[in-house]
Amino acid sequence: MRRADFPLLVRQPRLRYLDSAATAQKPAAVLDAEREFYETSYANPHRGAYALSTRATECYREARHTVAQFFGIADDGRLIFTRGTTDSLNLVAATWGRTHVAAGDEIVVTRLEHHANFVPWQQLALERGARFRIAELTADGRVDLDHLRSLLSSRTRIVAIAHVSNVLGTISPIAEIAALAHAVGALVVVDGAQGAPHLQVDVDALDADFYAFSGHKMGSPTGIGGLIGRRHILEQMPPYQTGGDMIALVGDDRTTWNVLPHKFEAGTPNVGAAVGLGAAVSYLERIGMDAVREHERTLIASAMAQLSALPGVRIYGPPANDRSGVVSFTIDGVHAHDLATVLDGERICIRAGHHCTQPLHRRLGVAATARASFFVYSDASDVDALIVGVGRAQAIFAAPPVSGIRAPLSTTPHAASVSSESR
Amino acid sequence: MRPPSVPSPGDDVEATEAVGSPAPASAALEALYQERILEHFRHPRGKGSLSAPDVVATARNPLCGEDVTIMASLDRTAEGDRVREVRFMSDGCSITQASASMMTDLVRGRTPDAIDDLAALLRAVVRGDPAAARDETLGPLVALSALARVPARIACAMLPWEALAQGLAAGRRRPAASGQRPAVRSDPNG
Repeated sequence: MRRADFPLLVRQPRLRYLDSAATAQKPAAVLDAEREFYETSYANPHRGAYALSTRATECYREARHTVAQFFGIADDGRLIFTRGTTDSLNLVAATWGRTHVAAGDEIVVTRLEHHANFVPWQQLALERGARFRIAELTADGRVDLDHLRSLLSSRTRIVAIAHVSNVLGTISPIAEIAALAHAVGALVVVDGAQGAPHLQVDVDALDADFYAFSGHKMGSPTGIGGLIGRRHILEQMPPYQTGGDMIALVGDDRTTWNVLPHKFEAGTPNVGAAVGLGAAVSYLERIGMDAVREHERTLIASAMAQLSALPGVRIYGPPANDRSGVVSFTIDGVHAHDLATVLDGERICIRAGHHCTQPLHRRLGVAATARASFFVYSDASDVDALIVGVGRAQAIFAAPPVSGIRAPLSTTPHAASVSSESR
Repeated sequence: MRPPSVPSPGDDVEATEAVGSPAPASAALEALYQERILEHFRHPRGKGSLSAPDVVATARNPLCGEDVTIMASLDRTAEGDRVREVRFMSDGCSITQASASMMTDLVRGRTPDAIDDLAALLRAVVRGDPAAARDETLGPLVALSALARVPARIACAMLPWEALAQGLAAGRRRPAASGQRPAVRSDPNG
């Protein structure tokens, strides 16, 4: 739909980039904006002793405003710029988590979480003596709301959930889950890494207490993302990192903190990337997020229909209408890693592995899946190339019939038998 | 911006596909998925377990999450240990399984030091060392020299060798007579 806007894809016309869930290619609008900023307005912001620094500060402020608007946020101070989703989620765990989660409290995550929305909570629970609970999934890869509800109690402090699964593509009903969590007094932390690039996101309509996202999956440069929170919660939270920019007054024996959002942005900010992120969300807004969603829904429906028509292909997760532009699958007799290599030979980029979701893959019963994912530059010819490539891989591995290739092992791949011993 | 007419690494250059192209050309793919490798994948030697192994070790590929568990029995002599038999268990990709299958054939009767040397030779081969690829001790492993053009998959080929090396190293750190059974984690991800 928009391939011509992406210089890397223009310069490599035969490349089929189907790994947008890992990171998105960059539109010229973003690259141009970042370059323009560095060439006309670059200095350290918030050091306004001269006009250039004032201009850099203004660019940074404008970028924040643009991004906040994209998420339906009127109060720019509620948007903290971070390095990305992982940084944002760790920020919440390290600040709100450490000050509000006590021994005997409970943290609830779900089975489909990316490690970035799983490990910080698991580790926080271990550190605080809290109970870490995992809401399981339905057979078609949605969060089982009945099970989730059964895990909630007055001891629940945090419910952490992905807006969109990076493996199954499942779009979770955040507002509904937030209502359940709020009913027991828990906060909802949403991993929006796969939501923000692909869906119209109004953070307050979702009723999320925290919404974390990564710019690079939305077409911005790497190293920038954000955390959106509620002002009164952010104001209560201790700082994440301390140092320059985040202080109000540094005495010899005490320090007071700057106002939001600066309290959470210690050090020289990644202002060039922030400008790029502003350009990325402007680019997406020009297309319209409803159009982005519809475009990807069409592609994913076509990809799933064609993949499921191939023999031996197994697709994980819900039907196309209930998922974002991600499809993960396995092929009998062709390991995902081998598929990725064969497709690479056709200039088709997919991901193979556990996609940073080992707890989910354990439940799926496979160590690795192949994943194709779409963005605004993907089109029907990408899907066609994928299908042809899968067929080619199946032909390479089509064996003279042999028994026992995929014989089950006597131990599971994830058994804890990681020991060496000798008699 | 650079004018689009000037090719640079990463651009598609139709006439010279290999220029700056990180993707394996189809010749490299054909070399990788040649019959000598696929045959080991389809009919793996030494796949399974030993009832009374002297060495058990697992190595995991952090990239894809697959793992290989090897079991080995040793002949312990005054001159040192020799591998009597090796088995592997894995649901990994064709490269991992083919490498493991070849390994179980090749290491029989070898000392841990000789196995380390063979693993080092294989590592040199998959990294593209042409002299190493001519070494006759490679045997069927020479087929894996195709990985020099598909470097993303080198870890897959080395995984069974890492598991075996870690298992043998753990076995070597204690005298054969001792009844201790040290547990050594060999998963790089812990």
